[in-house]
Amino acid sequence: MAMEVTQVLLNAQSVDSTVRKHAEESLRQFQEQNLSVFLLSLSGELAGEDKPVDSRKLAGLILKNALDAKEQHRKYELVQRWLALDMGVKTQIKACLLQTLSSPVHDAHSTASQVIAKVAAIELPQKQWPELIGSLLSNIHQVPAHVKQATLETLGYLCEEVSPDVVDQDQVNKILTAVVQGMNANEVNNDVRLAATRALYNALGFSHANFSNDMERDYIMRVVCEATLCPDVKIRQAAFECLVSIASTYYEKLAPYIQDIFNITAKAVREDEEPVALQAIELWSSICDEEIDILEEYGGDFTADSDVPCYYFIKQALPALVPMLLETLLKQEEDQDLDEGAWNLAMAGGTCLGLVARTVGDDIVPLVMPFIEENITKPDWRQREAATYAFGSILEGPSPDKLTSIVNVALNFMLTALTNDPNSHVKDTTAWTLGRIFEFLHGSTVETPIITPANCQQIVTVLLQSMNDAPNVAEKACGALYFLVQGYEDIGSTSPITPFFQEIVKSLLHVTDREDAGESRLRTAAYETLNEVVRCSTDETASMVLQLVPIIMTKLHQTLEAEKLSSDGREKQNELQGLLCGCLQVITQKLGASEPAKYAFMQFADQIMNLFLRVFACRSATVHEEAMLAIGAVAHATGPDFAKYMPELYKYLEMGLQNFEEYQVCAVTVGVVGDICRALDDKVLPYCDGIMTQLLKDLSSNQLHRSVKPPIFSCFGDIALAIGENFEKYLMYAMPMLQSAAELSAHTSGADDEMIEYTNLLRNGILEAYSGIFQGFKNSPKTQLLIPYAPHILQFLDSIYMEKDMDDVVMKTAIGVLGDLADTLGSNAGSLIQQSLSCKDFLNECLSSDDHLIKESAEWAKMAITRAISV
Amino acid sequence: MAPHDLRRPFKRPAISDQQRRRDLSLLRQKENRLDAQRRARCLASSVLSFQSEPKSPSQEQSHFELELELEIEPDAEQHQGPATTYDVRQASKLRGTDARRWFAKQLMLPEWMIDVPPNLNTDWYVFARPAGKRCFVVSSNGTTVSRLRNGILLHRFPSALPNGARINNVSRSGQSYCILDCIFHEPDQTYYVIDMVCWAGFSLYECTAEFRFFWLNSKLVEVGACDTPSTFHKYRFATVPVYNCDQEGLQTAYIGPVPYVKDGLLFYNKHAHYQTGNTPLALVWKDENCSEYVIDTDSKGQVPNQQQLVLELQDDGRLATSDDPSVIFGWLNEDFIQKTGLHAGNLLRFAVNDGGLSFVDGKLEKADLQYLGQSNRARAFADSYSKVMFQYIVRHSPLKIEHLFASIGPLGDGDIASHDVEMAA
Repeated sequence: MAMEVTQVLLNAQSVDSTVRKHAEESLRQFQEQNLSVFLLSLSGELAGEDKPVDSRKLAGLILKNALDAKEQHRKYELVQRWLALDMGVKTQIKACLLQTLSSPVHDAHSTASQVIAKVAAIELPQKQWPELIGSLLSNIHQVPAHVKQATLETLGYLCEEVSPDVVDQDQVNKILTAVVQGMNANEVNNDVRLAATRALYNALGFSHANFSNDMERDYIMRVVCEATLCPDVKIRQAAFECLVSIASTYYEKLAPYIQDIFNITAKAVREDEEPVALQAIELWSSICDEEIDILEEYGGDFTADSDVPCYYFIKQALPALVPMLLETLLKQEEDQDLDEGAWNLAMAGGTCLGLVARTVGDDIVPLVMPFIEENITKPDWRQREAATYAFGSILEGPSPDKLTSIVNVALNFMLTALTNDPNSHVKDTTAWTLGRIFEFLHGSTVETPIITPANCQQIVTVLLQSMNDAPNVAEKACGALYFLVQGYEDIGSTSPITPFFQEIVKSLLHVTDREDAGESRLRTAAYETLNEVVRCSTDETASMVLQLVPIIMTKLHQTLEAEKLSSDGREKQNELQGLLCGCLQVITQKLGASEPAKYAFMQFADQIMNLFLRVFACRSATVHEEAMLAIGAVAHATGPDFAKYMPELYKYLEMGLQNFEEYQVCAVTVGVVGDICRALDDKVLPYCDGIMTQLLKDLSSNQLHRSVKPPIFSCFGDIALAIGENFEKYLMYAMPMLQSAAELSAHTSGADDEMIEYTNLLRNGILEAYSGIFQGFKNSPKTQLLIPYAPHILQFLDSIYMEKDMDDVVMKTAIGVLGDLADTLGSNAGSLIQQSLSCKDFLNECLSSDDHLIKESAEWAKMAITRAISV
Repeated sequence: MAPHDLRRPFKRPAISDQQRRRDLSLLRQKENRLDAQRRARCLASSVLSFQSEPKSPSQEQSHFELELELEIEPDAEQHQGPATTYDVRQASKLRGTDARRWFAKQLMLPEWMIDVPPNLNTDWYVFARPAGKRCFVVSSNGTTVSRLRNGILLHRFPSALPNGARINNVSRSGQSYCILDCIFHEPDQTYYVIDMVCWAGFSLYECTAEFRFFWLNSKLVEVGACDTPSTFHKYRFATVPVYNCDQEGLQTAYIGPVPYVKDGLLFYNKHAHYQTGNTPLALVWKDENCSEYVIDTDSKGQVPNQQQLVLELQDDGRLATSDDPSVIFGWLNEDFIQKTGLHAGNLLRFAVNDGGLSFVDGKLEKADLQYLGQSNRARAFADSYSKVMFQYIVRHSPLKIEHLFASIGPLGDGDIASHDVEMAA
């Protein structure tokens, strides 16, 4: 048997596909026939020092895949399967794994360490394998370096896989001690030191207690800082990775070390190899991230006692930090604008400079201006580009007061550079900078306008000209135009863009037709800008927006006519269809929002729907999503007449609702079902059996992304509101589901912020369902069918009130449900309502809320309750 | 171990346009759902609906400025389609005749009591009507505006009504507006609120009078609208005492002291919703003891010798009341119409000649009318049938307070047969 496994494993890696397939089939059969024996022999193979390295490696890989999977439900199955295995078998497998750690063969012990971490991830939370950490730590003191290395790697993986709360502090201390010792400069073996440094990276999440202890923290920090000076570049890089992680995880502990950190990073940025220097810059970017978050929280609410105070590290480091970052800007690579994957010192430095500007605001301006003034007119393109990039980077953060006068001077220079600079790299950055100017210093909230009737024409002309430039420059010019028009979003009925509207649209359409529009994301940028132009247009240009409809429809039609495409061609075609559907969606939503325009738009409705139905047949997720979004907009614009499209559309709705994998498609379809309900009202009834069945299936599925579930509940409400008492037949399915979801979401004890946020989304969905159902049944003789559910719903309202962790949205919906219940059930529920906590404390709290929407719903609820109990 | 990706977004906006499309769709769906909810909750009625297309908040604000300073511009007719479909915001932009028509149609107009309705003592309220100008008071967007029955602006002022004054810390959402049915009483410069149509964005159209009065009484005091005037509250509001229409209630309303000059009695059916236009579920009655103006006066304040009435000229020359369906009092021949240059829609004043009004089986059979000319152009509509009838019987055989007491007397049932008044000339 054992021999046989070795051969099968080798065959499974054969170049001969027949041999390979046969071997894979044998392995599958073996696994199905007897899982225990299968796993046991794999672990034996991995441990066998006499076995070929390739079969050992694959044996380990298959073992690993038998313990974990990406999909949540699959992962759950695998965990259950492992836990159900015979204890003796598992003990043997684990013994083999630990034994393999001592193997001198790198691939063998490295694979084993990953498998051990996977087993630990399953067993430690179950309080199984308690001796694991102890036996790993005993390995540390063994002499052979490779054993030490493998053990440290295992500890690293273990920390990555296992949640900190299942390892007790005593063991954490021992792990950290072993890891930090391995990192120490005394460690002569670089492989060991590297493994230890990487292990620390993962162990940092376990080290909260240790970072709170001054002595232990000092020690860890000293060792990490020393490792950044190690002769081995990989160790230096790994050590900086640790520092980056420490900067975000333990920001509040950095103060004593910040000077040293600056010195180390400054040296690395200026002298070290690029991978290390990039990490050193990233460290400052991470500190900026932290301080931006903290300061934003301050800004949001002065009274809130934030956990972490701001130490203003960036502000203090500013005089040294900014020159260091400005130096990096001159280290551009020749063609970085053409390489999507590029990431170099200049890019990282500029990005960090932008974050610094956001952190410190006005203070950065005087430090950067001299650099800009000195370099912006230099003959060397690198200097001009660096100066422009520096300028663009600091436009977000400082106040308009500080920037407006500078920008007013710079604007003309930029427009000239965009037209005349001989270097494409400079033009790219110039166009980007113009976009930043419009993004942050132009719009209804800015007091002194940058764009005036005097220069608007010139700006538009230059940008439209640049759209004929190289694809990367043209893309940035589109981006600048995007923000230019966005600034006029709420301009009112007359827009300064109106005189240029036709020309802008023409130029953008021309860009989409460029031969090279596939490069540098140019086509996408052009359509996105066109979308924004449409969104920000006024009634003055509605007729021109309307003229776009047949043009975009023709383009979409053309994509559907193309035949026999290569797979690459099909992918491009799908992308284009997605863009065109997106564009039609934006136009529909725009025109559908104004009565006269909507009327004119409706002449195209039949053709548009026809195109969308054909698009669905192409079955690409993105396109499906975009077309579905567009259909929602059409349904909203069309109203009851939308019924005529339903017979054909229905199957695609069903397909969308069944699309668990591409959950965005499912989510969008759920939203569109809501649109259709509101458009059709009770005419949606014939389709409700199918839709409800699908929605109920979605809710019961553990494959569907959880973010789709709250909107599905809301959708129940949309359906109920549309079909009224006809919802009767779904009550027996929907209500128990709502009830159990309500019970689950009533209490959040011990959940983290993210979980509480999700729970509130879920509550809101559930409550919107109840709301729609109650209002749907209002004035129906079947109202009494809802009475049995009232006690539970009131109890749900009471318990979320007691929990004190609902957000404003939930509060508004919840108090509305109380009103809906009273409104629909009337005196039938009078005494029940009076017994509830919600109708007193909760209602009073909402009545005195500062939030207008909450107050409004509460007033309504009060009125409905008064009416219900006064009868 | 976790490969650390350093790359950050480079020269790219943080939000993708696709995500923006998704978000904007979700936003639209959320707003539509909120609208649907509002409609379901009758927070917006058909007359005052906010179902128009969602606009960005800033636009909403500017559109909601109640530019109500209209002087009478009878010639500046702007045809904006049928007047019934505007919501408050749209209506606020109307001018001239359109504005008058629109506002005229928003008030519930009591019919004149020409018969005693059954169950007066159990199903009806009674209260003494304050003498003064009937008007709509609308508070919204930080200002309060009152408009007469014909749409003409009476006052624009700050008030303590929700959203009635520009005071900091007060949410000025366009949704939060109030509409009160009032009578402005000149002597004490007070708005007497006789009904509540919308309160803080909630429509009370679909609510019974019983509920509306309850809500009115609790809310008005709560916001301080009944307080003495101040900088942010220019006019005082007051409620009127409303009684069940039993012996005691009717007695108190009829002769009891009130702080205002009485002008007749108003009777409201407890179960009736607020219904715009003429309704038999609200009735007005007066005699010399409770009103100075029992018999209509002319523009000089004199009681004319002959009863006068105003009728609307229709396409076919018929002369109609303002009722829906209207009652036809007669017609003008084409020659006369051409000669006088009248056209359909004109409001014409007539005098009742000695021939008077004749009835057969309770139905108007013949009216002896004399054409006097076009009516005052500030008028928005013709007289109602019940008004003409009330004025007629006041001059001939008035319905007296004794009849009212008798109908709710100890015998109680008040079974004075009510004539269903079906009209056809």
